[in-house]
Amino acid sequence: MAAPKFEVPKLSDTAYTDVPKIQEGSMSHIKSFIAPQAPQEFLGYPWELADDWKERAIDRMGQLLGKYRSLRVFMDACVHCGACTDKCHYYLGSADPKNMPVARQELMRKVYRRYFTLPGKIAPWLVGAEDLTKDTLDQWYSYYHQCSECRRCSVFCPYGIDTAEITMAGREILNHVGMGQKYSNEILGKVQKIGNNLGLPGPALEDTLLGLEEDIEADTGVAVKMPLDVQGAEILLVTPSADFFSEPHVESLIGYAKVFHAAGASWTLSSHASEAGNFGLFNGNYETMRTVAMRIRDAALELGVKRIVVGECGHAWRVAYAFWNTLTGIGYGGNDPFSIEMQKQLDPRYKQPMHICEYTWDLIQKGVLKFDKSLNDHRTITFHDSCNVARGSRMGDEPGGQFTIPRNIIKAVANNFHDMAAETIGESTFCCGGGGGVLTDDLIELRVKGALPRMNAYNAVAKEEGVNFLALICAICKAQFTKVVPFYGFDMSQVGGVHQLVSTAIKLED
Amino acid sequence: MPMIEHGGKSFEVDEEGYLVNLADWDENVAAYLAQEEKVEMSQSHWEVVNFLREYYGEYQIAPAIRVLTKAVAKKLGPDKGNNKYLYELFPYGPAKQACKIAGLPKPTGCI
Repeated sequence: MAAPKFEVPKLSDTAYTDVPKIQEGSMSHIKSFIAPQAPQEFLGYPWELADDWKERAIDRMGQLLGKYRSLRVFMDACVHCGACTDKCHYYLGSADPKNMPVARQELMRKVYRRYFTLPGKIAPWLVGAEDLTKDTLDQWYSYYHQCSECRRCSVFCPYGIDTAEITMAGREILNHVGMGQKYSNEILGKVQKIGNNLGLPGPALEDTLLGLEEDIEADTGVAVKMPLDVQGAEILLVTPSADFFSEPHVESLIGYAKVFHAAGASWTLSSHASEAGNFGLFNGNYETMRTVAMRIRDAALELGVKRIVVGECGHAWRVAYAFWNTLTGIGYGGNDPFSIEMQKQLDPRYKQPMHICEYTWDLIQKGVLKFDKSLNDHRTITFHDSCNVARGSRMGDEPGGQFTIPRNIIKAVANNFHDMAAETIGESTFCCGGGGGVLTDDLIELRVKGALPRMNAYNAVAKEEGVNFLALICAICKAQFTKVVPFYGFDMSQVGGVHQLVSTAIKLED
Repeated sequence: MPMIEHGGKSFEVDEEGYLVNLADWDENVAAYLAQEEKVEMSQSHWEVVNFLREYYGEYQIAPAIRVLTKAVAKKLGPDKGNNKYLYELFPYGPAKQACKIAGLPKPTGCI
């Protein structure tokens, strides 16, 4: 692949990213590959624009406005105050004013006003209402794939407008007229047909896990297992399939296995639900999100497990924490026969579902796990809060547990930890630049530019505190940073998982 | 999608340059794909490419990075069984660039 032709933004001298002078249209050329016929057909969408595309788009928009009252409120409530303008990593990194959240939303809002508000219908010129044109549709496609649905702007919006929901609606309408995104929609096909986003078939998964068991035993002398499809296991672990396939992801998978081993837990992976991720969220299609989530319920029922634990994956945890109970009856709330069965089966003494960090932190507090922290002494670590965990979910029983628990784990397994600048972490964390369905090579320019605010914050602690390890709890963050940190002069080996650190320091017994 | 004429043969690639039909692959096609990637194929490159094809033939997916590094260690020596060496051979990443030259579909997901 030819070297990408764009200018990599320069790191600033501080942890903060200066608000750039606007460059009109600087990212208008960005166009992710359009999904071809096969994945579109599988998902029940057309794959090219038909003559009636405009009617279809308006029709679908009307349906979404009816189904999601939030969307209508978000369309109506914005007063263009500008609080969001400099909060988006893509605007900060690209300087394209259409990447200011308010402007990106305005692409849909102007169409909404034209077709769904009285003033827009009778006097569009007075209220900034515009017809939906092919040019606007193309801008939707470009800019709704320049939003990672990270919701940082929403934190600063005085009305709490959730930009991610608008992006999701935009993508659903685009899908509905035949302009799906190749990357996300191929993945949504693979997860439904094969069981995971990568398309890793059962036999390959089994072979990979056996190989990892050999590696761990060669490395530690302890026979740590990675059980697959074990009927009657207590815990089902669902984790992103990248954990089986990629570096540094696999190091965290090894970490989870060591934790389960040290705790003497009965656990299993599932070949049917060999993926925690759920790109249905990114696409804004409830039915797809539900179908993908149901695989996990099916696997849990089939294996008869008592607990469900979710591995290091940001949006998977948001879907699990915030949507599973109403989507699939895991947790509380579902009242169909299977949900009732599921509730009887799951152990009420534990959170359902539970994040792997909650699981590990609980064992650390109980004194079950032992560590040699000095084994992580070659690392000075910082932690990047993943957007969907930080702003879309929680861990533990205390407010902000999703921020403290991963940090507590790191401090329990390593001696050197420094946080990045306060405005860039916690609830105000910057997206890695690759979330929400944009983690694809055809968007590498966007990904590199969008990583700028995080890279500035990282660079500051690297220089001032000697930080050399960026700890993560998300497969997308891991893949994104591995790819983009070299553009900013860092080695990809500085990127890894929280359970990779656990894996390094944990003491194992036979 | 683009049709490529190379060495007296024509074959189809997708918008990212991945071979569309696995069966079209031969060493001549691989040479073309490598040239497009600006990778000069040595014996070590071929060992990796051939292993990828073998593995794909058995499992219908490219091997995980760990599986690949172990296979490389067996074939080329333990000092070469690591991610760093694979990146030296295939600078854009072994998973994607080596797969492309081997004529395999692009592995995608959160990788």
